Amino acid sequence: MSETFDLVVIGAGPAGLAAAAQAAELGLSAVVVDEQPEPGGQIYRAVERATKGPAAAALGADYAHGRQVVEAFRRSGAAYRPGLQVWQVEPSGEVLASDGQRSVAFAGRRALVAVGATERPVPIPGWTLPGVMGVGAGQILLKSSGMVPAGETWVVGSGPLPLLYMQQIIAAGGRIAGYIDTTPAANGFLAAPHLSAALRNLPYLRKGLKLRGALRRSGIPGHRADAVEAAGDGRVERVRFRSGGTWHEKPCDLLLLHEGVVPNVHVTMAIGCAHEWDERQECFRPRLDEWGCTDIAAILVAGDCGGIEGARAAEARGRLVALGAAASLGRIDDATRDRMARPLRRELRRHLPIRPFLDTLFRPRRGLTAPADAVIACRCESVTAGQVRETVRIGAVGPNQAKSFIRCGMGPCQGRMCGLTVTGIIAEATGRTPAEVGFFRIRPPLKPLTLGELAALGEDSGT
Amino acid sequence: MTVEADVVIVGGGLHGCSAALHLAQRGRRVVVLERRHVGRHSSGINAGGVRTMNRDPAEIGLSVAGMELWRRIGELTGDDCAFHAHGQIRVAETPAELAKVAERVAMVRRLGFEHEELIERDELRRLVPAIAPHCVGGLIVRDDGAADPYRTTLAFGRRAAALGAEVREGEGLVALERAGADWLAVGEHGRYRAPIVVNAAGAWAGDVAAMVGDAVDLRVRASMMMVTERMPRFLDPVIASVGRKLSFKQSDAGTVVIGGGQQGTADRHTEKTRINFANLAGSARAAIALFPLMQGARLVRSWCGIEAETVDHLPVLGRSLAADGIIHSFGYSGHGFQLGPICGSVVADLAIHGATNLPIAGLGLERFAAQAANGKAAGIGH
Ligand SMILES: Cc1cc2nc3c(=O)[nH]c(=O)nc-3n(C[C@H](O)[C@H](O)[C@H](O)COP(=O)(O)OP(=O)(O)OC[C@H]3O[C@@H](n4cnc5c(N)ncnc54)[C@H](O)[C@@H]3O)c2cc1C
Ligand SMILES: Cc1cc2nc3c(=O)[nH]c(=O)nc-3n(C[C@H](O)[C@H](O)[C@H](O)COP(=O)(O)OP(=O)(O)OC[C@H]3O[C@@H](n4cnc5c(N)ncnc54)[C@H](O)[C@@H]3O)c2cc1C
Repeated sequence: MSETFDLVVIGAGPAGLAAAAQAAELGLSAVVVDEQPEPGGQIYRAVERATKGPAAAALGADYAHGRQVVEAFRRSGAAYRPGLQVWQVEPSGEVLASDGQRSVAFAGRRALVAVGATERPVPIPGWTLPGVMGVGAGQILLKSSGMVPAGETWVVGSGPLPLLYMQQIIAAGGRIAGYIDTTPAANGFLAAPHLSAALRNLPYLRKGLKLRGALRRSGIPGHRADAVEAAGDGRVERVRFRSGGTWHEKPCDLLLLHEGVVPNVHVTMAIGCAHEWDERQECFRPRLDEWGCTDIAAILVAGDCGGIEGARAAEARGRLVALGAAASLGRIDDATRDRMARPLRRELRRHLPIRPFLDTLFRPRRGLTAPADAVIACRCESVTAGQVRETVRIGAVGPNQAKSFIRCGMGPCQGRMCGLTVTGIIAEATGRTPAEVGFFRIRPPLKPLTLGELAALGEDSGT
Repeated sequence: MTVEADVVIVGGGLHGCSAALHLAQRGRRVVVLERRHVGRHSSGINAGGVRTMNRDPAEIGLSVAGMELWRRIGELTGDDCAFHAHGQIRVAETPAELAKVAERVAMVRRLGFEHEELIERDELRRLVPAIAPHCVGGLIVRDDGAADPYRTTLAFGRRAAALGAEVREGEGLVALERAGADWLAVGEHGRYRAPIVVNAAGAWAGDVAAMVGDAVDLRVRASMMMVTERMPRFLDPVIASVGRKLSFKQSDAGTVVIGGGQQGTADRHTEKTRINFANLAGSARAAIALFPLMQGARLVRSWCGIEAETVDHLPVLGRSLAADGIIHSFGYSGHGFQLGPICGSVVADLAIHGATNLPIAGLGLERFAAQAANGKAAGIGH
């Protein structure tokens, strides 16, 4: 019952859109499946709609480029199936997706996983209180419904995204009560050796400096802290932070946290692709060759889910993967592939040199992945960091045993919110590296699915 | 340095750990070699059904005897293993199916057992208010139940260790060699010497049997399970079905755990498994047919185990045919969890006395030898 395509792309962000457009140009049949109603992914969310108004203006020049990416995709002839959540990908390239009522299957000669990044979980005391969320989630509200928060909004964290978000909120007429920068002071020093390489990316650096300048001029009170807590009765009411050794407390209605993004590896892990630990970015990522091939022949990866490189690099990676797929399916020869790849590799060399600098500058503070005993690690099952440590004391050597002992990672989010924390805690407690400790085995489905829908799946295919 | 012991047990599943517990209880020095960690395979991830109901006649005696151990599982292991005796019911959806149940009850009575009963529509509805209205009755064992498989396996392993057994995780057996009257078990990291070796290596038991010269026809089963989000409590007993592949129960946490033997795929060598969603859909259909309220329940996770299956779906429990000092306990073919506690006791008897009073007739390797001989005899005519 499934539709067959040369390339089934999961994710309509810059990586997936560019890959599908490139594949279609080369004569491959391609489809992009995405759970969102509109193309654009994280960065260019709602880009086709958000052409006017203060929110659009606030989203800036990147948005103009995003529009071009989406238009090129629309023109390319690649099929687009929005509103479908992918819940299973087979090593054969078959992709199963749900619209919430019914599932559809796409048979891909190749399946491209381009599902982007997710925010790194920020397990601090009180992070499960209502009114505490990721900066990314706040930004999604801004991009998709122009929502600007009211009341005492505090932004906490590290990296470019909080700065960008605050600038966007100010430009859209909103107010931020204060910014708490958690970037460790030593990071600047550690990042300095990477600065000369980063200078090759002057536009990025300028953008960063401009953001900082804008923040200073905006008059948003800035603090530097090495510990932050949310507090309140039933919902967040106060933010507490430690700055220069003293604790401060401020009223707070909305607390937005961000400690960088990490590859969304759930899909490739569930398929069974080989992964490795990225020391500099402190995350797992699939092992890939230069054409985005995993160790499983039909499964390809492009964009931030293969390693955090940013939107422009994601686009180039998407095109490279399409070229590789076309060649491996015999539609172009290797010489053509290599010739067409050359400008894309040049493009990558333009966008990547700044990464070591950024990664080191915004490296998460120590203790973030191994929080104090009382802090909740797994939100779905309300498991604390202390309980995870206890499993180590009674003999658990890895996340999967800890999961069997205390159910951490067994809830509906499938360990998305606690995976790195559980690995971090066990690594710290056993004196091993996260690479040695490993990650949860990811069990399908990738997203919850009703039994009724699963039952109908078999009936459709007559098995 | 070679570790000396009275018994070396290969495999830290429930069967290996249970044998270790019983042997340690009886004062024997035991080493358990487990390639991964205790409970890593079938024993840690099964449906947890503690079922005497609807067993093959060859297993009924052992299974019923096993229930005595389950009733005092807390005393035996130091943990209640989350065992609840809420009963097991095999639901009949048609009068024809109920007639089969009646035949089964009569057969079991003739063998001298009383634990299986037939119930009709009203009793079924009283015990299982959420059951679909068309169901007409079923087979019940009122004091069967379910336990937490991982907790149970760990509890056996821990109690064995507390009694002096040495449980070596991350230690795989690679070879078995004769050393005088003893066996030398060569592991990935160490060497172990004992007069008796127990083969409780689950899906990999055929490899261990082959090391001592026993050939067994073993297949790999890859039964799948799935679990839903937590739901308000609606069910106590474990439910099976006469006409469908289903095992269905609500856990203490409120999640609903669904299995019943639908098969995925498993690779014994990489120890990786894969869900087959077309087959799993069959489990979903069976669950909804008996419990219409499950239509909208959200499935959050599914998994698949690796287990050995014999040609007659009965375990291999007894002494090696080819070599002295080897005791086999494997091939539980999808229903070895309930048998874990009692089979450990059988293995301890065989290791210590060379014989047991527990009913294991028909479970030894001899049955295949006899079948093979018959087969050869039949083959001569061609
Ligand atoms: C919260 C957040 C906010 C960000 N904001 C900015 C920003 O403002 N500026 C900036 O420069 N960079 C930002 N980034 C980084 C930027 O998003 C990435 O560099 C870039 O978008 C990567 O592109 P991509 O194509 O790899 O993935 P994405 O753009 O993330 O696209 C992935 C797509 O996959 C879809 N998807 C994921 N899982 C499934 C599934 N199971 N089924 C169906 N569809 C699925 C998603 O809906 C999404 O559309 C942000 C990242 C995050 C996580
Ligand atoms: C999904 C599923 C549901 C089930 N539901 C039920 C149920 O409800 N009720 C019921 O009674 N039964 C059930 N069963 C069956 C039951 O789980 C098994 O029969 C039982 O757990 C078998 O235990 P075992 O100790 O023989 O094997 P395992 O638990 O597989 O243990 C064997 C161990 O040996 C180790 N090993 C293998 N080779 C070596 C070596 N060379 N060196 C060292 N170690 C080695 C393995 O790593 C493994 O840990 C189910 C099975 C599955 C898969």
